[in-house]
This record gives sequence, C-alpha cells and structure tokens, in this order.
Amino acid sequence: MPEIQTGAGGVPRLVIEGATKRFGAVRALEDGSVTLYPGEAHALLGENGAGKSTLVKILGGVYRPDGGSLLIDGNPVAFNGPAAAREAGISIIYQEPSLFPDLTVAENLFMGRQPLGRARRIDRAAMQQAAAEIFAQLGVELDPRRPARGLSVADQQLVEIAKALSLNAGVLVMDEPTAALTTVEADRLFEVIRTLRARDAAVLFISHRLEEVFANCQRVTVMRDGRFVTTAPIEEVTVDDVIRSMVGRELSALFPKTETAPGEVVLEVDGLGSEGEFEDVSFTVRAGEIVALAGLVGAGRSEVARAVFGVDRRSAGTVRLAGVELPNGDPLAAMAAGMALVPEDRRQQGLVMEMGVDQNTALASLARLRRRGLIRRADEAALAADWAGRLQVKYGRLRDPAATLSGGNQQKVVLGKWLARAPKLLIIDEPTRGIDVGTKAEVHRILDGLVAQGTAVLMISSELPEVLAMADRVIVLREGRVTAEFARAEADENSVMRAATGQLSGAAA
Amino acid sequence: MSVQTQAGPPVGGAQASRLMGLLRAREAGIALLIVLVVAITGLNNHAFLDAQSLQQLLTGAALIALLGVGETLVLVTRNVDLSVGSVVGLSAYVVGDLFKNEHIPVWSGFALGILLGAVVGALNGLIVTVLRVPSLVITLAMLYIIRGVDSMIVNGHTIDPSAIPSAFTAVGYRTILGVPWLAVIVAVVVAIAGYAMRSFRSSRELYAIGSNPDAAGLAGVPIGRRVFTAFVLSGALAGLAGTLFLALHAQVDNSGGSGYELTVISAVVVGGVAIFGGSGTVVGAALGALLLNTISQALVASRVSAFWNEAIAGALLLAAIGFDRWLSLRVTRSLTSARGAHRDV
Repeated sequence: MPEIQTGAGGVPRLVIEGATKRFGAVRALEDGSVTLYPGEAHALLGENGAGKSTLVKILGGVYRPDGGSLLIDGNPVAFNGPAAAREAGISIIYQEPSLFPDLTVAENLFMGRQPLGRARRIDRAAMQQAAAEIFAQLGVELDPRRPARGLSVADQQLVEIAKALSLNAGVLVMDEPTAALTTVEADRLFEVIRTLRARDAAVLFISHRLEEVFANCQRVTVMRDGRFVTTAPIEEVTVDDVIRSMVGRELSALFPKTETAPGEVVLEVDGLGSEGEFEDVSFTVRAGEIVALAGLVGAGRSEVARAVFGVDRRSAGTVRLAGVELPNGDPLAAMAAGMALVPEDRRQQGLVMEMGVDQNTALASLARLRRRGLIRRADEAALAADWAGRLQVKYGRLRDPAATLSGGNQQKVVLGKWLARAPKLLIIDEPTRGIDVGTKAEVHRILDGLVAQGTAVLMISSELPEVLAMADRVIVLREGRVTAEFARAEADENSVMRAATGQLSGAAA
Repeated sequence: MSVQTQAGPPVGGAQASRLMGLLRAREAGIALLIVLVVAITGLNNHAFLDAQSLQQLLTGAALIALLGVGETLVLVTRNVDLSVGSVVGLSAYVVGDLFKNEHIPVWSGFALGILLGAVVGALNGLIVTVLRVPSLVITLAMLYIIRGVDSMIVNGHTIDPSAIPSAFTAVGYRTILGVPWLAVIVAVVVAIAGYAMRSFRSSRELYAIGSNPDAAGLAGVPIGRRVFTAFVLSGALAGLAGTLFLALHAQVDNSGGSGYELTVISAVVVGGVAIFGGSGTVVGAALGALLLNTISQALVASRVSAFWNEAIAGALLLAAIGFDRWLSLRVTRSLTSARGAHRDV
C-alpha cells in the first residue's frame, strides 16, 4: 500500500481489518477493511450490496462483527452498542435519517447529551443556542425549537449532519450524506469536511457521485460483494478504474436488455395527485417497455405506484388501463383489469412469511383455483411448482414457510404470484433490493423476458445503474412532482441525478 | 408535550410557536372544559357547588390521576401497563392486613404499599425488556395473576374500618385549607413528575424511545433500562394508589381497584397522551382523570342514569382520539408546508 501524503501520517486514527458479518445464511460482509489517517477524507465506494452500509454499522456499534479487528489510535476496541462507538469518538451519519418526530430539532441533536444546568436539569436555552450555532456553521436556517415532524428528507439529513458535527468526533462517517442535498448544501458540507480535516479528524465518505469523491477526498477504498478490493490515493486512479473495480464484471451480464419495439399504450396516468404526497403526475407505459420511476428516497415514487394500483386513494387525476378508467382506491378492480404490484418491502407487504411457498404463490390466483368455493392445497402446489420451475426458485419443500427462503428467492415467489395472473401491467417497486448479485441478474432477465412478450412494466428503483440499464424511459420525481422524462438514449447518471435533486439546467425548480 | 415559551423566535419560529401554543392549549382546553361542566351543572343544581361536592370531585379523581402519572410514563415509551388496577387491589388488601394483624406503624403502610407495587412493576419491566414480550400481553397476564393471588390472600375475608389506625384513614378524609389531603398528595406527585418529565435527560429519553425506538437505539439511549424504570415507577405509583385506596375507603375485599386500568387509560388518552408513544404530559393525564370524574359526577347530579355515564365516557374518549388525529394531521401539514422557506437559497 502506498504511503500517505495527507495529514500527519504516523498512527492511523482508525483501522478496521478483515471484518466479517453474517445474517443467517447471508454473508453481508466477508472482508471489511479500511484505514483512516487523521486529517484525511477517505472515500468508500462500491455498488449497493457491496457491504459498505454493513461496515458502517459495525463502526457505529450497531452490528457486532463476527470476525476481524478494529483499532482506534492503535488500540484494539470492541463496541457493545452505539453509545460505546460514540464515546470512542466515532460519529456516523446514516443513509436513512433517524429522528424523533415528536421532539424538537434541538432535542434531536442533543438526545442523551443535552447541556445541563443546575441540579442536572436540562438547560433548554443553552441547548437551543448550541443548536442554532451549529446550524449557523452549516449555513442552514432551521428553527431548533420546531418539532422534527414534517421536515423534508433534505432537512432531516441536515439535522443528522448537525448532530454528527456537534459531537466533535475524531472519526466522522457519512453514508451518502449528499444524496438528498442540493449543490449549495452539499458544497457547504464539503467546506465543513475541510474544517474537520484541519482539526485532524478523519472522514469516511460514502457517495455514489464520483465527481464529489474526486473533488473532495484524498484516498479511495473500493469494495465489491462484501470484500475489500483496493485502496489508492485519489490522484493515482481514474473514474474508469474505480468503476471497473466496483463492478468487477461486464455490466451487460448483470443487466440483460433486449431492444424491443413498444406497442400500444397500456397504462395512462393523468394528473394524478394525493394530498401532501405528490401532485400532477402524468405518464404512460406501453406494451413491451420498461418505464422507470426514478428519484430520491421520499420523492413519492412508491406513493405514486400505490395510488396507481389503488392501495391508496388518489385525490386527483385518472388512471386508465388498456383504455378503461379504474375506480379510485380499488386494488381488486385494478387486479381484475390486469394490473399487478410487487411491493418494495417483500417481508411486510409482498409475502405472508409464515405461509408456505405454495400458498404464497397461489394467493393472487385463488379465485381461479377455487372449485365449488373451496381451495385445494394440491392445486396451489401445482401452480406454485409450475412458477417455481419457470423462475428457478430454490426452495426445500413447497410447504416450507416463505421466511426460510433467501431474499432473492422470496422475490421470485412474489414475482411468480403475480405473473401467474398474466398481468398486462407489472408494477415492481425496488425489484432487486437486498438480494445477491447472481439472483439480481436473474430477476433482470425475468423482467426482460416479460417485456419481450409484450407486458408493460413500471419499475421503481433507487439503484441508478439498474434504472439506466433496464429502462426504456425514465421518469424522474422530486418532492412529489415529475421533474423530467428521459428516453433511454438521453438518460445518464448525471441527467437523472440533476433532475432528482432539482438542479435541472435551465428549468428553475 | 410541554415546551417553554420564549420571546423573539428566529425565522419560521412564529409558526412553530403557534403550533406549540396549540399543543399546550390541550391542557388549558381540558381545564376549561372542567370549569364549564362544573358551572353548567351548578346552575341547574346548586348543591353541586357545595364545598363538600367540590371536594368530592377532587377525591374521586385523585387515585385515577395518580395511576395516570405512572401510565403516562409507560405509554410515552410505546408500552402499556394494564396491571395497575390489580396492583391497587393487592396493595390495599396487603397493607390493610398488616395493619390488622401486625399493627405496623402508619408510615410503613405507605412504604410497604409502594414497595409491593414496585416489585410487580419490576417484574413487568423485566419480562418486557429482557424476554421482549409485548407489554400488552404480559401486563394483561399480570392483571389476572395478581387478581388471583389477591383472592387467595383475601380468602373471602374483608378488611373493615375497625382494623385500620384512624391516623391512616384520616389521610382519606381530612382536608387542608378546604382541599382534601388526597388531592394534595396527588398534586404533589403530579407536580414532581411533570417537572421531571420536562427537565431530565433520562425522562426525555422516554419520549425518544416512544417517538422512534430505532433512532433511540442509534442515539445510544439505554432503552431497556429506561423502559424498565418506567414500569417500576408505574408499579410503585399503583402501590401508593392502593394504600390511598385503603385510606379512602377504610375497607377492602378482593375486588378493590377492579377495572381501574381501563379508566386510567381513558383518562390519560383524554388528557392528550399519545397511545402509540412519544408525546403527552402527566399534567394532561391528571386533568383527563379530573375531567372524566367531573363529568360522571355531573351526570349523577343531573340525575342522568348510570348507563349514560359510561356511554358518555366512551364518547369522550372517541372525541379525544379524533381530536388528536385531527391535530396531528394539521400539525404535520402546516410543518410540511412551512419547510423549504429557508431552502430558497
């Protein structure tokens, strides 16, 4: 490994070496290794599922590693919880903001370490003052006395950043802190990072925006499939090098895409709105094409999908399937008309975890299987066996509870459940979240095959590579509004991210 | 949730503080409602405004208000304690029995009652935090177990007034400056708890746990310890309530405190404590208890049948929950629309 030019060098502030973490049969992390020196901003890169977030949670004391070592300032440490990590000087901004909606912004910043006055009572004035000072430092105007409820995702993220700053930690870990921020806010964050480095803090920075990484970090570590790949000084690598080590394989194998000629319009959404969630959303999906809804977390993508399917009521607009207008808030009518929805959270919404593979697969086809009002398990099993075969689901016995399957196979069961109805339109929310790389490619192949047969697919995905590789058209949402629509040829990482964060060139948000 | 008033809020503060005003008005609203009910009933029936009748309003609400304090501590953590009614019965009988057979001094009656309740609370807390049994289930089980144990101990007997020291029963009927002792004791507990719930880190952590348990874990809040403490305090207050029950009624059999748990939860919810945790004050809970009792006595004074009494308590509960829902939707909406003002950079 090359020597460090940044900071004082010498003893690393933090070393994590060969960390492993398993959840049941799933290996989330097999070799998590990063070395941070005082005064450096260090980028940690990798695709979704590469193990970055697991590594972060180990550093934060949320997960206990199954193996590996962790050193702080040269001393081995083991955290028994988040409080221990915090005391050791590690401060973390997680990907998903975690605030207390009922408490004030100031209390959110200082929970558990509120400034105390006489008799150990909380000094609210001092707390609000301190919060206001941190916001001033960040250049953000946010009232410390308002409750956190109702803050936008970007504002929640700013509160998280303020919280981490207020800890004055020696190690600051940021898991995609800029994903929801505007350029101005992100630039301020980088300024803060420079200040922290000047104070000899080490910053571990996770981001999918490579230009940010190259502009602000001194070294970069790449992970792939739960393993450490390489660490290098930033000026010794190019963007292409980094992407190649992140992906580690031909992209075309992971994202099979057959060019198809789209047919007639299947889904027609016009002026769709839902109070407080989204408004004036209009788009179409044609037979034989995949349309992706892209946008940041909280942009309203899933909400739109739920309103289209009728799980949630819409307050404005119309939804037409094959020319027929669907009634409001009636998923059964949507299903009867030929719509299917694979939800984002398969554990909570997609499957009945205690029920068998057979019953789960048959669940959406019970009306068809019914004979004289009764359902026979043999019929369910026959249907399930058919689809499990077609989708190559790996399971023990058909009666095994869905909970015993791996994430990827669970997703295939959910897919099988809906494909058994031969839908005209498949809405699929986060098709490959939390499933392994191999199965991911299989799910993509299934989607590709469906489209080739003339099914219309509406896909929601937070994984930009998936959106860019699989979609024929990309519709970008931001804070509940459509900000852009791109044809396959026009969509790239830059254009979609700009539309998702509200920085469309020309069109002022 | 109570929030301090402060002058000169920064940008966006005016709106936020108006919202705070609305939230705080919850307690003022209940107080106003109580005054209204008393005044209207008093117009029709002057006896309702007698000193004795007014004292009765306070004594009648005192035990429920006291239990409401403990229940609030548990509810804000997104848990529930259904065992409080049974603990009242057990502690009342056991303390009475000790007075009768062991002739223990009056002060130790209080100490033992509180201790007994705390032990039950500790048991609840341990099972909830260590074994991770949902509190609804374990405290429901505890409700029946304690009632059963109580019946075995009581074994058909009754503690009657002759067995109890008069210095003890005096607590139940004496007044100070016209205010019943019972009400004074409860008011002191409410004041202390109300102050503590606002001012200490550990009590703010109770709200954090109920507001977002995952985030509380990430913030390093010792969730298990805090929830355990909430249950112990709820139990201890139920034990104290049981002792006061004995002082108030001067007699007890195996049914003392039956059904109190649901009355307490009604009172607390009417008082603005969120049933799913995260917000609410003990002052609101105590006022909720006072409102429920005032209404039920006003109905009696107006010669409305007991049937309506319960129906009205139920309607009130519905109204409180409906109001909460409406309020939280309004608050969320106005806070959401208030955002972004500063983001026009």
